[in-house]
Amino acid sequence: MRDTITQLTYLAASVLFILGLRSLTRPDKARRGMQQAAVGMLLALCGTLMNHQIVDYRWIAGGLVLGALIGYPLGMWVPTTALPQRIAFSLSFGALAATLVGVAEYYSTFHGGEGTIGTAKMAALGFEVLLGSLTVTGALIAAGKLQEWVPSQPMTYRGQNLVNFVLFAGALALFGMVVVNPANGTAFYSMIGVAAVLGVLMVMPIGGADMPVVVALLNSYCGLAAAATGFALGNSILIICGALDGASGFLLSILMSKAMNRSFANVLFGAFGGETGAAVVGGGSALPVRSVSAEDAAIQLAYAQRVIIVPGYGMAVAQAQHAVRELAELIEKRGGEVKYAIHPVAGRMPGHMNVLLAEANVPYDRLYDMDEINSEFSQTDVALVIGANDVVNPAAREDRSSPIYGMPILDVDHAKSVIVLKRGMAAGFAGIENALFHAPATSMLFGDAKSSLTKLVSEVKNA
Amino acid sequence: MLILELYVFVLAGFVGFMVITRVPPLLHTPLMSATNAISGISLVGSMVAAGAHRGGVATALGFIAVVCATTNIVGGFLITDRMLKMFRREPHGDSAKPEKR
Repeated sequence: MRDTITQLTYLAASVLFILGLRSLTRPDKARRGMQQAAVGMLLALCGTLMNHQIVDYRWIAGGLVLGALIGYPLGMWVPTTALPQRIAFSLSFGALAATLVGVAEYYSTFHGGEGTIGTAKMAALGFEVLLGSLTVTGALIAAGKLQEWVPSQPMTYRGQNLVNFVLFAGALALFGMVVVNPANGTAFYSMIGVAAVLGVLMVMPIGGADMPVVVALLNSYCGLAAAATGFALGNSILIICGALDGASGFLLSILMSKAMNRSFANVLFGAFGGETGAAVVGGGSALPVRSVSAEDAAIQLAYAQRVIIVPGYGMAVAQAQHAVRELAELIEKRGGEVKYAIHPVAGRMPGHMNVLLAEANVPYDRLYDMDEINSEFSQTDVALVIGANDVVNPAAREDRSSPIYGMPILDVDHAKSVIVLKRGMAAGFAGIENALFHAPATSMLFGDAKSSLTKLVSEVKNA
Repeated sequence: MLILELYVFVLAGFVGFMVITRVPPLLHTPLMSATNAISGISLVGSMVAAGAHRGGVATALGFIAVVCATTNIVGGFLITDRMLKMFRREPHGDSAKPEKR
């Protein structure tokens, strides 16, 4: 009877989770839907507390309180600019929980438990801890890179892929040994260790700009580890949530890879922006660059009818989103029309720019995806590029020798004039020269994005 | 039993794929934080490990797992809500419906 009630709460929770995710297809319904999903989570927890295996509630209560105390600041106080590292960090937490549950299950089976594990269950447990521990360390490194505690440049050395491959094969071999003989504790724990090292080594060579793909992929691994937990414990809600999470992460990483016109393998093993990129730079610095003062740029903007703003990672770094909105409002007051063009991989995680602009009170119907807005650049008076580089590089369209050739870009160069806000003439993340900055219609406004925007705002007011 | 679990996994993955394909890029960051919060469901397994008297090691591992999973649930749902609250329509657009408060 108690078990049936528990299972019913799990069923209700699963339905609420799926409805919650579905509500995310509609921005106006999303908030309500996710609140219902949170209720589903609460239901599932209450259902679990009735589990007859649980005899002691003290550690559970302590863990719930401590987790809530850590979770609250992570939810309420983290600034939106730090969202990518915040998500990567919590992926590591989620994977750690899954891994530890697996280890606890394994350990207690051989210390006072039945003493044997069936092959199917052992395979699920092995898969869970293998993927889990790889995700724990991988996500920590990703978070470190995004926070710049770990250098965000790709770190490469000779024979790197070979080392990773050997480690991966080693982990698989240990996995096979444990499945054949579950009592082989040494193999089980070494597998966890090898997977943890592999997680570090796999993410280290990946550059900061490729992080959207990595974070999405780790999200998918975290989900698969949770699903494996469900298989090992015979718990269907874990399987369902793991499958949802895995599907979501997988889909996002495919979308992100597509938006960069690169395969998974290329992101994971290519170490983009390292040696390959460096070879392309050079010789370009002799090209002319037209620098413009804030006054002149402001006059251009003040009299423009149609303006498209293209935000990039630089806007997030400078925390310039509020200044952007202020400028856009001034232009609108003077009768101009302002739209925002968001490239799928602008920023350091999927959809990052949208959240930043929404935080600055930009209505979401002004934010346009690449495919929606690309045809409009040719009728645009001024395209204002703020801290974006590779996603507006026409070389992706024209130059077959360019490493980013084929990557879909925003056709900013089709606009009648372009103003680029940039700190200096340094090449973008991929280390590739950008012809847009040398085009006759382009003027460069150098300086920190936020202070440049503040100057533009006061100049447009006077114009 | 295993076959039944595989059914659940495959069908849930399929539902997830169908639903998430329709999430617009606008909401991809909330999507990630939402799935992150939902993955905190591993708390269900952690609580059993922490409360089932299967020896000190299992309890300790279970306790840490409960802390991690709870952190993700609380932090994940809060940050998702905080983000979704920010997404607003144009207050006086032609197609915009009046905002409910």
